[in-house]
Amino acid sequence: MKSFHGGVHPNDSKKYTAAKPIEAAPLPKKVIIPLRQHIGAPVSAIVKKGDAVKKGQLIARSDAFVSGNVHASVSGKVTEIADYPHAVFGTCPSVVIESDGLDEWAEGIPMQRQWEKLNSKDLSAIIREAGIVGMGGATFPTHVKLAPPPDKKIDTFILNGSECEPFLTADYRSMLEYTDRVATGVKITMKALGVNTGYVGIEDNKPDAVKALQSAFEGTQVKVVALPTKYPQGAEKMLIVMLTGREVPSGGLPMDVGVVVQNVGTVIAISDAVTKGIPLIERVLTVSGSAVKEPKNLLMRVGSTFADALSYCGGLNGELVKIISGGPMMGFAQSTVDIPVIKGTSGILFLTKKDVNADKESACIHCGRCVEACPMGLNPSMLSILGERQFYEEAKEEYNLLDCMECGSCVYVCPAKRRIVQYIRYAKAQNAIQAQKEQAKVAI
Amino acid sequence: METALMVLAVMVITGLVFGIVLAYANKKFAVEVNPLIHLVEDVLPKGQCGACGFAGCMAYAEAVVLDANVAPNLCVPGKGPVAEAVGKLTGKSAPAIEPRIAHIRCAGSVENAKAKYQYVGVQDCAAANLLQGGQKSCQYGCLGFGTCVNNCPFGALTMQPNGLPYVDPEKCTGCGKCETVCPKNVIKMLPIDAKVSVNCNSKDRGAVAKKNCSAACLGCGLCKKNCSHDAIIIENGLAVVDYKICIAECDNPTCFAKCPTKAIEAVVKDRYPMGSAANVAGNVAM
Repeated sequence: MKSFHGGVHPNDSKKYTAAKPIEAAPLPKKVIIPLRQHIGAPVSAIVKKGDAVKKGQLIARSDAFVSGNVHASVSGKVTEIADYPHAVFGTCPSVVIESDGLDEWAEGIPMQRQWEKLNSKDLSAIIREAGIVGMGGATFPTHVKLAPPPDKKIDTFILNGSECEPFLTADYRSMLEYTDRVATGVKITMKALGVNTGYVGIEDNKPDAVKALQSAFEGTQVKVVALPTKYPQGAEKMLIVMLTGREVPSGGLPMDVGVVVQNVGTVIAISDAVTKGIPLIERVLTVSGSAVKEPKNLLMRVGSTFADALSYCGGLNGELVKIISGGPMMGFAQSTVDIPVIKGTSGILFLTKKDVNADKESACIHCGRCVEACPMGLNPSMLSILGERQFYEEAKEEYNLLDCMECGSCVYVCPAKRRIVQYIRYAKAQNAIQAQKEQAKVAI
Repeated sequence: METALMVLAVMVITGLVFGIVLAYANKKFAVEVNPLIHLVEDVLPKGQCGACGFAGCMAYAEAVVLDANVAPNLCVPGKGPVAEAVGKLTGKSAPAIEPRIAHIRCAGSVENAKAKYQYVGVQDCAAANLLQGGQKSCQYGCLGFGTCVNNCPFGALTMQPNGLPYVDPEKCTGCGKCETVCPKNVIKMLPIDAKVSVNCNSKDRGAVAKKNCSAACLGCGLCKKNCSHDAIIIENGLAVVDYKICIAECDNPTCFAKCPTKAIEAVVKDRYPMGSAANVAGNVAM
């Protein structure tokens, strides 16, 4: 199979956890549930301090369409609604619930539901109610993807099982252990979208997952494809090119070429929500890295902290230099372990010095390695230079700044150790500020 | 010899043709420029700082000459003399500019303020600010990568070893460029004869602010109690001085005497030869 342009082959470091079955982490004593766990309109709390809540009870919602409901992940008492650290946004208003240790479900959960009888609209409504968002890390509300505008005809569904980020094995283990739920989730999603063609893309370094899903989808129109192992195979745009041969246009979305992509964790959540009525309150994530004593794949409640994960994994082993929420290529570095796990936390990494490169950056030597590595066909060296010299608009207009998905392949190969992605993010932020200013001017 | 003459002839003819074309174009396509614009531009300091609200000195010169509504006193760096000269050239009159100076509202040097992580990325405040609001525990403090220093059109700012910028009162024109580029909003323009200054920007509650930085304003209100002119209010856990009252009414400020963290300090006038410093008290000694 011919692979996409560019990409890199980092050491996948999956050996720490690949063979370890998913374990349920113990019930946390306290959960901190941030009110922003999705892209889109913020939700507001509908509980207040002192309220008793049950597991699975809705605690925050919004009327806006592009938004994600938030549910209590343990039963207990709301002790505080205040700003807490957040893995992606710095700080965020959060609902703190002290567990009563009983772990009681809210009324009506879990239930039995025959999804085959439901129509596409009902399925979407259930998924929206359950607060499901993209669990690969981008946290885009799933029900929005399932309701494309009428002029976009969707004909293909893709399940993203590539898990190309080093260290992470949560999706891999889920595909092996929760195969039935994955298969049900895929079928439900395809029904909700009204499509008949489905693909499952899995990197060929996970042959047992490929085999498991192949037998699960035997006799259906879902094709399970082993893709060459290369980062960033799991980026939607790469996946779509590889499986369907279609190229998402610049500035466009997968739905522009008739495709919807979902992550493994997301379809499992969809399956649980539709067949059992369980909202998204827990997820599988990988706790790994050279600084963890016993790396594990954990099933954790949303709102448990990184500290909970670390202590269940035996604590630290060696000198901790860096904590990352997500994978090492696209994850977010953290400064504390008192950070809650959110719906988009695919992994927590604790790294020692040997895994962290803190070399000083130097000037670009124009070697062109980043250009070769860029899967989007951009010129990262020019983008970094334009960002550095404050030519933000030129970067956007002439070098397609906004097409960069920040996969980090360029930084990985850069011999000058330039912080290319940071320059790009910076330039994007400055462009956004500029656009805001212009909008304000128009408003006046 | 013949070839040389030939070359000469061709060159002369070509030269003549182009000369005539250019001379004609010069007359035919001449753009009328008000000569006053260039005279006004010559008066302006050419810092291209944008403090006037226009894109550089030339743009302001054009606007002030052509638009009757544009005041002649918008050039902050130029202050009185420039405003007067521009007024004279354009026949406009406007009140004098109140002289100002940049003030760093943070004393969170590397010794005073705690860091929450070690930053190894792009050495620029706005870039660092994207990563969880920067490396300092205090989310309101100066990050110290010198975005203001790099953007000062007059070279009035320098980064000190303690990680805080220093404002040179002789060079600072009060244009406010640094104020607009600082992602933390740490820099504010102060009236040049300010008597006291609050060297903190933290809106955290007292206990949190204290934990993050030993030089933080705790919002305790002692300065407010000690001010005999009611010129200080506590807003979001931060002391805010009303300079109109402070400068006009107070001769002997005592508000800063009891401050437990020295977050409010007297502006020491004779520290600088020009006697005009609204300053950076506390930042200089370290």
